[in-house]
Parts: sequence; structure tokens; C-alpha cells
Amino acid sequence: MTDFSTAGYLTMDLLRFTTAGSVDDGKSTLIGRLLYDSKSIFEDQYEAIRASSEKRGEEYVNLALLTDGLRAEREQGITIDVAYRYFATPKRKFIIADTPGHIQYTRNMVTGASTANAAIILIDARKGVIEQTMRHTYIASLLRIPHVIVCVNKMDLVEYTEEVFEKIKNDYTSFAAKLEITDVHFLPISALKGDNVVDESKNMDWYKGATLMYLLENLQISNDQNYSDARFPVQYVIRPMSSDHHDYRGYAGRIAGGIFKKGDAVTVLPSGFTSKIKSIDILDESLEEAFAPMSVTLTLEDEIDISRGDMIAKTDNLPEITQDIEIMICWLADKQLQLNGKYALRHTSKEVRCVVKDIQYKVNINTLEKIKDDKIIRLNDIACITIKTTTPIAIDKYKKNRNTGSVILIDEASNITVGAGMII
Amino acid sequence: MKNYNLTHLKELESESIYVLRELAAQFERPALLFSGGKDSIVCFHLARKAFAPAKIPFPLVHVDTGHNFEETIVFRDELAKKYNAQLIVGSVQQSIDEGKAIEEKGFNASRNILQTVTLLDTIEKYKFDACIGGARRDEEKARAKERFFSHRDEFGQWDPKNQRPELWNLFNGKKHLGENFRVFPISNWTEMDVWQYILQENIEIPSIYYTHERECFVRDGVIYAHSNVIPLKPTEKVEKMQVRFRTIGDISCTGAVLSKATTLEEIVEEVAATRVTERGSRIDDKRSEAAMEDRKKAGYF
Ligand SMILES: Nc1nc2c(ncn2[C@@H]2O[C@H](COP(=O)(O)OP(=O)(O)O)[C@@H](O)[C@H]2O)c(=O)[nH]1
Repeated sequence: MTDFSTAGYLTMDLLRFTTAGSVDDGKSTLIGRLLYDSKSIFEDQYEAIRASSEKRGEEYVNLALLTDGLRAEREQGITIDVAYRYFATPKRKFIIADTPGHIQYTRNMVTGASTANAAIILIDARKGVIEQTMRHTYIASLLRIPHVIVCVNKMDLVEYTEEVFEKIKNDYTSFAAKLEITDVHFLPISALKGDNVVDESKNMDWYKGATLMYLLENLQISNDQNYSDARFPVQYVIRPMSSDHHDYRGYAGRIAGGIFKKGDAVTVLPSGFTSKIKSIDILDESLEEAFAPMSVTLTLEDEIDISRGDMIAKTDNLPEITQDIEIMICWLADKQLQLNGKYALRHTSKEVRCVVKDIQYKVNINTLEKIKDDKIIRLNDIACITIKTTTPIAIDKYKKNRNTGSVILIDEASNITVGAGMII
Repeated sequence: MKNYNLTHLKELESESIYVLRELAAQFERPALLFSGGKDSIVCFHLARKAFAPAKIPFPLVHVDTGHNFEETIVFRDELAKKYNAQLIVGSVQQSIDEGKAIEEKGFNASRNILQTVTLLDTIEKYKFDACIGGARRDEEKARAKERFFSHRDEFGQWDPKNQRPELWNLFNGKKHLGENFRVFPISNWTEMDVWQYILQENIEIPSIYYTHERECFVRDGVIYAHSNVIPLKPTEKVEKMQVRFRTIGDISCTGAVLSKATTLEEIVEEVAATRVTERGSRIDDKRSEAAMEDRKKAGYF
């Protein structure tokens, strides 16, 4: 809604981020503020929350209501699931995975974090770094969110003092050093008053950094994708069988990593057959090259047997083919993880079955300690386990590629997604 | 070094194509719910991209309320013919005639809710196991939590508390007999994205999205097309107005906006300047704050 020139959209890119904070840290207020100050709120939406605020007897328009979702939540005053919000500036389109801050937290944050480029972690300036902050940071590092933005909120309640901010920054830095996080930013803000959210604060001259909106608009995300290991999971085989395209056999999929060029030597896994890329197609266009995360259709020089679930990779750089996989798993279901239990496993476009061979340890996500004596994995637990698949699959470590390094486990009786795994 | 960065539209396109291909691979009898509106037209365009040079591997299903704008119907038929797509029409009128649905009465009567009956009937008749919808998460509060692959029980109902978590791009379309899915490939698009994409790809849309002169009247601040579908109140006057539609639905619940936009560029500019959500011009959601959620639970799109 802000001044989009009609041509501007041709250069805008997309940033996905997630927000984390414990209850009452001001997450909803912050998101409401971002939406409102970026003029992403329509008049009728604003009018609806203004009326609701009035009905609830609140003295100001409660921006937190903007992100309030389902009826049950409205009644209980809590959010219960991941909700997605959208806003755009002339530079970027943003997708927020808004995850609630209560006990179901781990499951929801893991879900929201799985596709995020950035995580906003909120800290209440009065409380400083607390257990939840560690938990959120651990999940952000586990899910390998490339950028972390620590917002010290409610600065207005600590007289906007620099010392408070600096102390929190130091505390955070010293414990985050134990985790693998590459890019961390710190900001003192007041979501309620708007300091350093979209507009620069007039109350904190000592802060020389950017506002949150500036940071979000300018985070370097082009390096977040893996461009070195070319991976193409085949989703669907296109065989038109029409007179115009009699012999056409295309492999449709979304590039999961790296760059593919016409003429590249490729290997199909797990069969090991080799060929060369003949064309990279998308509707009526034929491309010279394509890169992650583009959806394209590849054709190959040779006729080989390829089906959904196979992986096409460049011959000079292949993923590992294995049946024994070690993963960090986040458990998403009420029914606990069964040692020796069998599950359906989805990895890229491939589905196989697997059995849980070993539970090595569980992680205390507040202290990061490894727990080896309690191996009962319940909802929201994170654990290191070993699984064996029925047939070999082509994998990368999650650290190297989030697309080819992630799996989900599905309960075969209920069909529910019960686990989210990262290959280590 | 070369810049390997996609624009937001390219990234959204690529995600949607990915979703459509997952759908085609994971389900046996999918269908594309096609309303003739811009969102379903974009889904159709994306489906062409996803499966070219083959035909789209699923039929288009239109739930016809019998109260559609004629332009929409003409457009729908031409599109299906041009791209050689199979078109299945489920008729709300027929559901009414068969006594399966009961027509609302009064000035604000609408067939919008009745669509659910016809839709569920059509799904059952053709044994569809997944229906693609053009819904977007930004449209409405209840949709903000919708999944790409949305599970429905054997009654076609949505349970907001019991949805499967969706991680990375790993979609779980497993189901028991009788259950089915709604799949929303453009979940992450906003109204603005849709218009920009239509402009970028130069996609054909029904003429009523562009400004035209039409006989209209105003009720509760909303501009309606005058037709035999909505009875006029004694005080309401029909006037010629220069309008276009931002969404296309049933005549009885689609509001028009005054507009001068004759080209796609002008529509995009207008949308960019607008201060009211597009659903603000759809009357069906205003009935109660939780209106959409109630309808979704009952199996609405
Ligand atoms: N003084 C002050 N209060 C805030 C600030 N941000 C949020 N709050 C208040 O803190 C309470 C919890 O905020 P809310 O956004 O609902 O928190 P959430 O549970 O994290 O979503 C509300 O009463 C807000 O008005 C802030 O920056 N300053």
C-alpha cells in the first residue's frame, strides 16, 4: 500500500521471518506496529480492532489485536498455532510466521522457523535474558535461521537507559557463543510507543544503529541459499504423450540447492545413471541456467528410468546415499516417540519407511545439557536419534542444505506428522 | 559475481508450482476449484506452468450459484476451451431443486453459504480427494493459519485445532478413506502480489475487473450491480456508475468500486492506493466477526 510504483515490484525480493518471545514480551504489539506503521493495515481492519478495543474497555487502540486469529484464541486471549502475516515495503515483501509463546511453543516455533530467513527474538528490558530467551535462541540455531535479531523491548519502562540495553546485549552474547549463530543484531525498541520499530527513536540518542524496519529491509539474504551443491529432487514426471511433444519426458521439481546449467553432467540417485542436461524448461521458455529455489522442468540427453523421489545432482558433487541416518528430532505429537517404532519418512519428494534404532540423548533446551538417562521423547522434546530407512536415500547434512537435510516422520496409523528431523 | 536472487513474484510463483506438483503426485483425483475470479485464474496459470507441455492433470470445477456475472461464465468457458481443460460445473440451483439446500429469503439473501452443499456433493460424486483453492492467508483472520495442504475429515470439515504441522516444504497428504484435502497453492500471496503477477505475466482476466459502465445501487455503503438477483428496497435508486470489481463472486454478495482503471497497470496502481481490504467489499464476511471461521468449519472453500 505504501508507494509502490508499478515498476517497483520487478526488483522486490522476499524475506520470511519468525518472531519469538515469551508471553507478554510484546510480540503481538510489535507485529501490529510493523503492520500499522508500514501502512499495511486497511481502514476496515483498523476500524474492526478499534471497535474491539473499545468493547474491551481499553483506552488505546490495541495493535496486538491485529494478529489475533481464531475464535478460541480470542476467547482465551492466547494464540494457539502458527499464523502467517504479510506486509510489504517498496523494497521487500515480508512473510511473518507468528508463533505463540506458551508451552506448545517448541513445536510451533520449529514450524515457523523451518522456512525463515530471520528470527526476531524479543526480550523484556525489565527481565533481561531469561530461560525462554535461551530456548528461542537454541531453536533458531538448531533450525539454522541465518539471521537473528534480538529486540530488547519495553525500553520505555526502563527510562530508555543504555546500561540496561548493554547488559542484556552482553549477557546474550556470552551464552549465544555456545551456539552456532552467524549473524546477530541487537536493537533497543518500544513496540508500544514505536521507538526504533519503523521510526527512529527520539528517546535513545545513544543508539546509533538502524531501526528494525531498516534492518529487515536490508538484511543480505541472497547468500542464505546454498549455491554450491546442485540438488534436484524429482517431484513429478511430465510425459505429454501428445502429437506435438511425442517424445517429451521432463522431470519436474524445485531446485533444492545450487545452480544447474544446460549441458551439465548429472547423476541420478539412487540408481547412479549419468546423463547431461538437455534443457531447462518452464512453460514456453527454455533457460540457460536455473538456481534454488526455482521450480523448473529438466530434460536429459539420455533416456533413463527416473521417477518421483529420485534426486538429480551434478556428477562432480554428489549427496551421500545411505540408510542409516542420525537426526536431531523435534517431537510434535502427544503420543511419544517409540524406540524400534516404524514411521513413514518424507525427505524431499521421497517417501520411505524407517525404524527408530536408537535414542542417544534428549536436549534440555533451557540449559542445552544432554540428558542421557531419560529417553522418553514427548511432545515438544528435542532429541538426537538414529534411524534406518527401508531403502537408501540421497541426503545432505542439514547444516549444509536445509532442503535436502530435513525430514518429517509420519505416524502410519493416524497419518499425523509426528516428528521434524534435521540430519546431522 | 552474478546475482542469484529471485524477485518476490518469482519466488512465490516457484513455491506455488511446487505445491501444485506435490498435489498432482500425492493425490489420485485432484480438482481445481475455479470460480472465474482472479485468484483461481492465477492458480490455473500456475498449473499450466507446472505441467507444461502436458495438459493440466486435473479438471476445473466450478460451483455455479446461478447468480454469477455473465462475463465470468463466458470467460470460464472460453478459458477451458482454449487450453483444452476439462470443466465440471456443480449447480447450486440443482441442489436447491433437489431439496438439498434451502434458498435464503429477504433483501440480503445470498447463495454463498449454499455453495458448500453443492461443493461437498460434487466432491463426493466425482470422488475428488483433493481440491485446489485460490484462497490466500492475507484475506481474512481465520485463513492466516491455513496450511498449504489442509486436511478435511469425512464430512469435509476443517478442525482448526487439529491441523498437521507443516515444516520446510514437506507436505503430508496422507489420508484415510473418505477424507480429503484442500490445497492452497497461493497461500502466501497478497492481493497486491496477485495483481502484480497478472500484470507481469499478462494474464487474461474477465472484463468486469476493468472499469465499465453499469447499472448499480448503493446499500449500506456498498455498491451493488443491479440485477434480478437482488430485490431493491423502495428507497434504493438505480444509477449508471463507472465501476469495476475487485473480487468476483456471487452477484448478491460482491460489491463494486468506483474506478477509472482500464489497464492492468492502472488496476495495480489503484490497488496500491486502496485503503479498504478486498473482503471489505464482500458482504458475506461481515455478518459476524467469526463468520469466515464458522463457514470454514462447515466445509467452505
Ligand atoms: N510499556 C510498554 N508496554 C508494552 C510494550 N510492548 C508491549 N507492551 C505491553 O505488554 C503487554 C503484552 O503485549 P503483547 O503484545 O500482547 O505481548 P505478547 O504476549 O508477546 O504478544 C501489553 O499490555 C502491551 O501493551 C512496550 O514497548 N512498552
